[in-house]
Amino acid sequence: MVKLKEHKRETENKAIEKIPLPSKAYIPLSQHIGKICEPLVKINDLVAVGQKIASAQAQVTAPVHASLSGKISSIADWPHPVLGRCKAIAIEGDGLDTRYSILDTRQPEEIDKLTAEEIRGIVQEAGIVGMGGASFPTHIKLNPPKPVNTLIINGAECEPYLNSDNRLMIEKTVQVIAGISLIVKCIGAKSIFIAIEDNKPEAIKAFKAVCDKRYAISILKSQYPQGGEKQLIKAILKREVPSGKLPFDIGVVVQNVATVNAIYEAVYLKQPLYERVVTVTGDCLENPGNFLVRIGTPIKNLIAKCGPLKKEPRKILFGGPMMGIAQYSLDTPVVKSTNGIIVLSESRVSEAQEAVCIRCGRCVEYCPVGLTPCLINLASRKEKWDLASAYGCLDCMECGLCNYVCPQKINIVQAIKQAKTRLPK
Amino acid sequence: MADKLTVGTSPHIHGRELTSKVMWSVFLVLAPAGLAGVWIFGIPALKVILVSTLTCVVTEALIQKLTRKKIIIGDGSAALTGLLLAYNLSSSVPLWMPIIGGVFAMAICKHAFGGLGANIFNPALAARAFLLASWPKHMTEFINPALVHNGWVKLFSADTVTSATPLVMLKEGKVQSLAGLGLSYWDLFLGKRGGCIGEVCILALLIGAAYLLWKKYIWWQTPTGFILALGGLSWIFGQNGFFKGDFLFSILSGGLILGSFFMATDYVTSPLTRRGQLLFGISCGAIAFVIRRFGGYPEGVSYSILIMNAAVPLIDRYVRQKRYGVK
Repeated sequence: MVKLKEHKRETENKAIEKIPLPSKAYIPLSQHIGKICEPLVKINDLVAVGQKIASAQAQVTAPVHASLSGKISSIADWPHPVLGRCKAIAIEGDGLDTRYSILDTRQPEEIDKLTAEEIRGIVQEAGIVGMGGASFPTHIKLNPPKPVNTLIINGAECEPYLNSDNRLMIEKTVQVIAGISLIVKCIGAKSIFIAIEDNKPEAIKAFKAVCDKRYAISILKSQYPQGGEKQLIKAILKREVPSGKLPFDIGVVVQNVATVNAIYEAVYLKQPLYERVVTVTGDCLENPGNFLVRIGTPIKNLIAKCGPLKKEPRKILFGGPMMGIAQYSLDTPVVKSTNGIIVLSESRVSEAQEAVCIRCGRCVEYCPVGLTPCLINLASRKEKWDLASAYGCLDCMECGLCNYVCPQKINIVQAIKQAKTRLPK
Repeated sequence: MADKLTVGTSPHIHGRELTSKVMWSVFLVLAPAGLAGVWIFGIPALKVILVSTLTCVVTEALIQKLTRKKIIIGDGSAALTGLLLAYNLSSSVPLWMPIIGGVFAMAICKHAFGGLGANIFNPALAARAFLLASWPKHMTEFINPALVHNGWVKLFSADTVTSATPLVMLKEGKVQSLAGLGLSYWDLFLGKRGGCIGEVCILALLIGAAYLLWKKYIWWQTPTGFILALGGLSWIFGQNGFFKGDFLFSILSGGLILGSFFMATDYVTSPLTRRGQLLFGISCGAIAFVIRRFGGYPEGVSYSILIMNAAVPLIDRYVRQKRYGVK
């Protein structure tokens, strides 16, 4: 693992701030891994905040909800931060922010009586997915097929620039703890670890102040990719998830703090996932910050909020600079997995000229899963998919470190991603 | 604004290490050993260094020009090969030898195999082997530093009073011990002996090597394995009986320090993993020992590296990293 230049200072002390409602929100029908949703509304229908507007008949899927009150203006292809383009429901806001009538808070005694099955049902209805970036439907993760004894709450946030999880941990500590209890009820874990990197002293302090003995706060060295699920498990439990298996195979579930907060909001506040905390930062923005943003808000609204521009943007990233996705449009909306939007000028992202591999072995040295990235790269470029597979390319988590340390700036991750999609089935 | 956005794949940031930075760093940290060589053997050594380095750079530029490739001599790899070739030559060689060696290193050993990153054998060492096979006499005559170094005036004279290296003299049985050569370990450490230009001053080489290790440009596995294997075997199977060999003499007297830190660690021709590098280093040491002890040559470091270069694909195939989640 490697210590990266963090660039977190710009936003680490900026409290989560609400931004003005966008006039229009574009809500993609796919913001999760699994079956794409079908619209439940028609053009010109009136919707209220939190109303379910699309869903699918499947186990692995997550419904989406209106994030504005107003009128459905279109259901059409629209830029999508991950998929490039995807069908999205556009809502023209009426500015009233009317909440859907069934929205109401739950009473504590009611919550105590909830069964694991009921909690999973609420989470599923609320459309909650893994908000650290993976977007896997959370209700499935709350129903592990094997007994689970350990829950790890991922607050590592190892990507540079991002602070959305950090701020959430500082400002919503009690909520996160309440959310953890709900997860424990579902999966029956006995030991609970809250994993935070040592570059977030305020978050650590906040949890230390409210946590009792049931929770162990794991303070991890700040390095990349410390927050990777498998790296967290290794760092905290000194155990490894076998290749090709998932954490629950060794009795572990890992949940991101933002997901935990969303679970809290769904259960306690009856609030489906229609807003989230997003760090908007980068060297182009005069006023970066952390914002509570409605799903479907286009990037341009956020950039305008953080402006004026100091430099000309060259790359706009959804997510961190190591694993995030560069955007081509300013209309791209915030989705459930958007933890940060980073607006970078040319000086920060200067496109590296790729050269040939000199077999220096740096990628091998730093690969957090012990692969030989340079050889997978060669195999992939020669379209030897079997060989790429034999080198273990499926174990690659695409953290990008091999690419980062490569003195020849070879796009190793890209080659590995390609090999993954081309493997013989 | 949107029309000026670029969309590349992740990661969107890159580390600061560049191949050119690594190559020129190695080049620079080798400079003290070269300066020591010039101090010890006089100006002819400097000429060999300059001619060899220049030949390699020019040859590479010409080849890249002729094959219509991008000219990348600025990355320092050709210059480094030239420097290392010079360091592996005697200061008394005629100047056409580094020229032929440099052309051979670049054209045959590097670019015929596909250029940077694609060569199997270390170009500088392969060129040295080629020169040694073709003109053995020139390659095995060394200036006796004691005769050069009688003051500044001698430094500039092209005196060709030659002598053999300590290893040769021991091998040929002309003398029986270090003391018989009139040398101390300290003399060997500082480089007051006959030998190749860059190999003699161990002190200067170790300073450079320490920097490379500190910068993590090289790992300790290859040199440590190499030195301990060669030194250890020389000690165990000593000339005068088991465990009576001279450990220090064996590591200080030939090209081991130059070879193990600067040639066996060449990225292109050494294993990718650190475990592989350890195996590579130990194997080099063992082969060098066999050559020194039983072979026809007094010195085996360069041949041992060349032999092991050929085994690198095999090592990379079987010696892998510990993979996460794989027993």
